[in-house]
Amino acid sequence: MATHAPAHAHLHDGHGHHAPPPLSYWWKRAIWGTLAGVAGAYLIVLFFRAVFGFSNLWEPNVYTAVAAIMGSLGFLIGIGCFDFWGKWIRGDRVLEEEDHSLHGASSWKDYFRVNTDHKVIGVQYLATVFFFFMLGGALALALRTELAEPGKQFADGEIYNGLFSVHAVLMIFTFAVPVFAGLANYILPLMIGAKDMAFPRLNALSFWMLPVGGILLASSLLVGAFSNGWTAYPPLAIQGEAGQTLFQVGIQFVGASSIATALNFLVTIITMRAPGMTMWRMPLLVWANLVTSMLVVFATPFIAGSQFMSLFDNIMGTHFFDFTQGGDVVMYQHVFWFYSHPAVYIMLLPGFGIISEVIATFSRKPIFGYRAIAFSTVAIGVLGFGVWAHHMFVSGMAPWLRIPMMVTTVIIAVPTGVKVWSWLATLWDGKIALTTPMLFALGFIFTFVIGGLSGVFLGTLPADIHLSDTYFIVAHIHYVLYGGTVMTVFAGAYYWFPKMTGRMYNEKQGKIHFWLTFVFMNATFFPMHWVGIQGMPRRVAYYSERFAGINRFETVCSFILGLSTLLFLYNMINSWVRGPKATWNPWRSKTLEWQVSSPPSLFNFEQTPQVVGGPYNYGIAGARHAVVYLPEEYGGGEFAEQTRMPIVVVANRSLTSGALLDEIVHRAEPGYWGFHFEVPAEAADRPAAERRLQVALAQLSERGISADGEVVGPDPVAAAQAGVAKHGDVREIMVATYPTTDSDWQRADVIDKVRKATNIATTHVIASSGEELSKVAGSVHHVMVVTEQAPHADDLVAAIGAKADERPSRFTIVTPLDLPQPRWSAEANERRAAGVRNMTAVVGTLQSAGIIAQGEIMDGDGAEAVRGLLGDHGPDEIVVIGGSDLDAKVRGVAGLVPTTSGHGAGV
Amino acid sequence: MDGARGDGRFRGVYSKKHLAPLALIAAVVGGICVAVGLLFNWSPRAISPEADRVDGIMWALYWSSAVIFTIVVSVLIYCVWKFRRQPGDDSDGPPVHGNTMLEIIWTVIPTLLLAGVAAYAVVVINRNEALAAPANRIDVNVNAQQFAWTFEYEGVRTGDLRVPAGNKKRQIRLNITASDVIHDFWVPELRVKQDATPGVVTHLVFTPRDLGTYPIVCAELCGAGHGLMRSRLIVMKDADYEAWAIAARAKAAATK
Repeated sequence: MATHAPAHAHLHDGHGHHAPPPLSYWWKRAIWGTLAGVAGAYLIVLFFRAVFGFSNLWEPNVYTAVAAIMGSLGFLIGIGCFDFWGKWIRGDRVLEEEDHSLHGASSWKDYFRVNTDHKVIGVQYLATVFFFFMLGGALALALRTELAEPGKQFADGEIYNGLFSVHAVLMIFTFAVPVFAGLANYILPLMIGAKDMAFPRLNALSFWMLPVGGILLASSLLVGAFSNGWTAYPPLAIQGEAGQTLFQVGIQFVGASSIATALNFLVTIITMRAPGMTMWRMPLLVWANLVTSMLVVFATPFIAGSQFMSLFDNIMGTHFFDFTQGGDVVMYQHVFWFYSHPAVYIMLLPGFGIISEVIATFSRKPIFGYRAIAFSTVAIGVLGFGVWAHHMFVSGMAPWLRIPMMVTTVIIAVPTGVKVWSWLATLWDGKIALTTPMLFALGFIFTFVIGGLSGVFLGTLPADIHLSDTYFIVAHIHYVLYGGTVMTVFAGAYYWFPKMTGRMYNEKQGKIHFWLTFVFMNATFFPMHWVGIQGMPRRVAYYSERFAGINRFETVCSFILGLSTLLFLYNMINSWVRGPKATWNPWRSKTLEWQVSSPPSLFNFEQTPQVVGGPYNYGIAGARHAVVYLPEEYGGGEFAEQTRMPIVVVANRSLTSGALLDEIVHRAEPGYWGFHFEVPAEAADRPAAERRLQVALAQLSERGISADGEVVGPDPVAAAQAGVAKHGDVREIMVATYPTTDSDWQRADVIDKVRKATNIATTHVIASSGEELSKVAGSVHHVMVVTEQAPHADDLVAAIGAKADERPSRFTIVTPLDLPQPRWSAEANERRAAGVRNMTAVVGTLQSAGIIAQGEIMDGDGAEAVRGLLGDHGPDEIVVIGGSDLDAKVRGVAGLVPTTSGHGAGV
Repeated sequence: MDGARGDGRFRGVYSKKHLAPLALIAAVVGGICVAVGLLFNWSPRAISPEADRVDGIMWALYWSSAVIFTIVVSVLIYCVWKFRRQPGDDSDGPPVHGNTMLEIIWTVIPTLLLAGVAAYAVVVINRNEALAAPANRIDVNVNAQQFAWTFEYEGVRTGDLRVPAGNKKRQIRLNITASDVIHDFWVPELRVKQDATPGVVTHLVFTPRDLGTYPIVCAELCGAGHGLMRSRLIVMKDADYEAWAIAARAKAAATK
């Protein structure tokens, strides 16, 4: 169809190269890959155990471990993470480096396969981590249920230990750590002016390892959960069964995911910043992710190592941590915390970055002490490696280590404090707008200060000796990870929601969500400080009677806190589907991600942007952070939301065709085209043309595409010329027709005439009749018209024309055919054929009147016919044209669909 | 960073017009902190001089935390109340990028405060862990296993820890180990805690002062029975303790 679309550096869809395989292809492969991996694992283990003459061939832990690893790898290979590299390794010469067939999403299905677009991966990450967040949250509510009363409610010690262990592991490893990888995946390349991450295929692999690892961790609940806490201290961890093995293997996958993403971020940040973005012009979120990624790369191998050693002790009979054989129990803790303390900053620093963005934007002031905040981030990253043993003050490690670790621990509060003071100074004298993200940012400062101060208690050695392993720790970690991480995630999710979805969230629901979260987060966790100091240890299902009242209170509050998350999910999903359209930059922010469309186009920037200043230059007249340009072929001028270069579209009968709609949607994607319809029509045909125009405009408006149009005189060439005259600087004319056999315009050589008359590039879009319904369906108002047999077309037009003029609509005409029994007799077939002929004529007449319609002939009376069609068609409205008998029958089955009787129809 | 730094417009912070309302908010927030500190019974009973010292440093931490919390939250509340964007006002705030003096102040003062905390902590830990002369000390060998405590001293083996308190002020030193997994010896009233780590002997000292019976809690997750791994610390008068020790030794000898 497209004769000469504007030349462009990138292919806008995969169809140009190869049609991508359907979703089912990938998932069938994934299922077979998983099964093959698991089966192969069992055979290999069995084979080697037999060959080496083991007396017991069946050792479940060994089989579980190998099956978990090979099944996961089988899944990753099957889903397609390694396809490209596989071709590379095989030396496949057909390989195309510029193959973007797995890039970007045009339907929901593209989110369920391997995708190399950082924006799709960002959404995949966020959806996955919130799934695990809800699962971990459900486990938390189960814990609080058990703790509602001092004695046993439903869980004994073993079950309870499993519940809190899985809760913690899911929340930490499948939510708090990867959630920022998800947010940053979407935002960070946009923020630095890059078209994607440095290694898009590695990025996809990083993502897919996360659900794999997460499912291993979560599924341990089904086979006897690992039950020695997320810290998994040996020797207790060595006593674990299958669940423990799944934990040790699952951690490897989420850890590898984390490391690969961090490497990707490092390379992206260091090498792919837009020209002009010096280190000191990077937004603070980018600084935060730079430091976090370094922490991840250096630290995560330690937890991987600790869990491998633990796994080997478990299944291979090694003695790394077996004290009876010379192993060292305390060494595990050193290795574990050498990751897990920096991990706390991995879970916080990106959140600090989000808070800096949100506070600067909604105070409309530059960040106070930008360099101090950046330096403090680096300082935390460095010092974070020197504090790990404060988790081990009572462990029996070398006593001399305690004082130096205490000193570094309390000193790390200084750079953290610098951030808080700087945020407060940013607020001072600003123009504070209390939007939902800002509320979460301010609430975060409140709760995080409490978490930070209780951290100083725990860093202080004599106090820690009393407080460690008590509910004071539980309070502290939840103030830091809920009051810290989760609040910043909510702030970021609301803040970037318009950018990611192109729609606005519901502000009122957002605010209610904030207040529920803020109040009940404090109500749930603050009393835990007291309980801990008083003497309640953590990780117990049964506790002293004197803590009964306060625990019951915490349980009630935790349920409200947990349920408030449902409001967040509802707001996100509902707003994504039907929220109002978002502009490019609803917050009037300065950073780069807001200078492109919402959501951004496939490769973010049509032309490499130029960074010209700091990211937070609010209040300085004329100061800018960056300039975004149009592509060279369109003059390379500055590209802003208002920049709309006109395309004139000339069409009449094929105005609502799927082909034209596709072509416009495709062309509109980068966001710099505005579409102007010129609809040539004879005077008699004007109402029909007007109806088609309204449907077409409704279609485009639904997709956020800027368009307008009018019905003009009958000559298409004159219409095109008028359009060009009306809109200066027209770049392209699109003419849509039916195929030659069915097109007066084509027979009259209109396309060539337009091209000659205007001397502007003219694209010919060829529509085929009848295809509009599949495109139009679902978005415009759908009216089902039920008529008694053989309606006369003109009467029908008279009856529903007014309805079509009211609002852009489509119609399904239903004629029940009440045939005598048997329904397969020659007579019945005859009547059916007659009905179809009649309906075809009717639909044709309606379409030439500009009404989008399809016909259905159904056996049975009115009630049967409508009942049969309701589910398939889901109309918004039913109009009955016929006697009161038919009317009553239809109303009987219409249910909640508003039903009216068509009056004035001469039927 | 582009733009002026400390161009003087931040003087607003010193302006007197902000002082009175800020002080008022600080009084309310500070008052709440004082109330939270005083109205609740935060510290459980302290039954040894070591526990008193720990309480001392915890209260020092609480009051300094309360000051910092009051400052942060008061400024936060004041900003939100005073510097709200008016509807229809699309202008920006003043382009203040920083203030070097202020940034030095809020880096140095917390550093000094925290250095003070660390120094205080070193003093407390040194005094709390100072070992008394052997004559003035009772050494107890403690063994933990799933899910019970065993104390071995004075020639006897027992499940409850009985210790003397009185004029002699004898120090108790626990030599702790475990025979299966990690456990943790904790008596909240003593404010001391020590892991019982298999393969390692750890130490813990305290000087009991107040008579009574107190719970010994296992504070390190040790398996399904962790929540039920409890024992008793019984602090007795010197004379009662001697009498118990003699009887227990005799009983132990008789059962051999």
